[in-house]
Amino acid sequence: MAVDQLDATFAALADPTRRAILKRLKSGEATVMELAAPFEMSQPAISKHLKVLERAGLISRGRDAQRRPCRLEPGPLKAATDWLENYRRYWEEQYQRLDALLDVLKEET
Amino acid sequence: MTVTITTPSPTELAVTRSFDAPRALVFDALTKPELLKRWLGAQGWNLVECTVDLRVGGAWRFVSQGPGGAKMGHGGVYQEIEAPSRLVYTESYDDQWFEGEALITASLTETAGRTTVHTVLRFESQEIRDVVAASPMESGINYGYARLDDVLASVSKAG
Repeated sequence: MAVDQLDATFAALADPTRRAILKRLKSGEATVMELAAPFEMSQPAISKHLKVLERAGLISRGRDAQRRPCRLEPGPLKAATDWLENYRRYWEEQYQRLDALLDVLKEET
Repeated sequence: MTVTITTPSPTELAVTRSFDAPRALVFDALTKPELLKRWLGAQGWNLVECTVDLRVGGAWRFVSQGPGGAKMGHGGVYQEIEAPSRLVYTESYDDQWFEGEALITASLTETAGRTTVHTVLRFESQEIRDVVAASPMESGINYGYARLDDVLASVSKAG
């Protein structure tokens, strides 16, 4: 995966409102109005977040000119989690060794 | 118990993991050279040098040795120490496989004899953070050796 795409994905995911929007979209498409409802935020503010998500490829917008419903695009999200998985495994390996040591130390004390 | 990785901000990575041990013991394992030498390093790599000057402004330095005798040194300076709950320090590598310094904050919380270690690594830019996370930190190479280690260990036990 291109670094630019990852940068865009992670920059988009760094914001809690945008993560909440993605979570909401997991249960299906929604319009800007529907998405704005649970947040104490104006529609333009939500639209700005949606643009960031759209640029990062995390959502797509429907063709319907009136509603333009937002839809979750799982591809980049999967790529981002796969990319972190490498790193997770590295720490897992280290910490398994720490587990073993802690077991020994607990017996000693 | 599995490691959870999150990206709290564009320049940070956070690593969370629980351990079945009291906090004081885990803190010791993170800061005492004789204990660090017994676990730190991905499989196939071991700490061969480990010095820790555990006070604010004190330096730490680790050298790991890996497959084929390859050596990797890294170190930094302690910024905050609140045993056994919090440790803040800088880290950089001799061979600079990422630019600049990382600032590492480890928080330890204990519940019913179990300790959760939450480590936040802050890098100087998102680009550096992304390079670090994308690198399997040479563990790809080590996987083969790690499996071999396990096989040898089980064979020698069986024998």
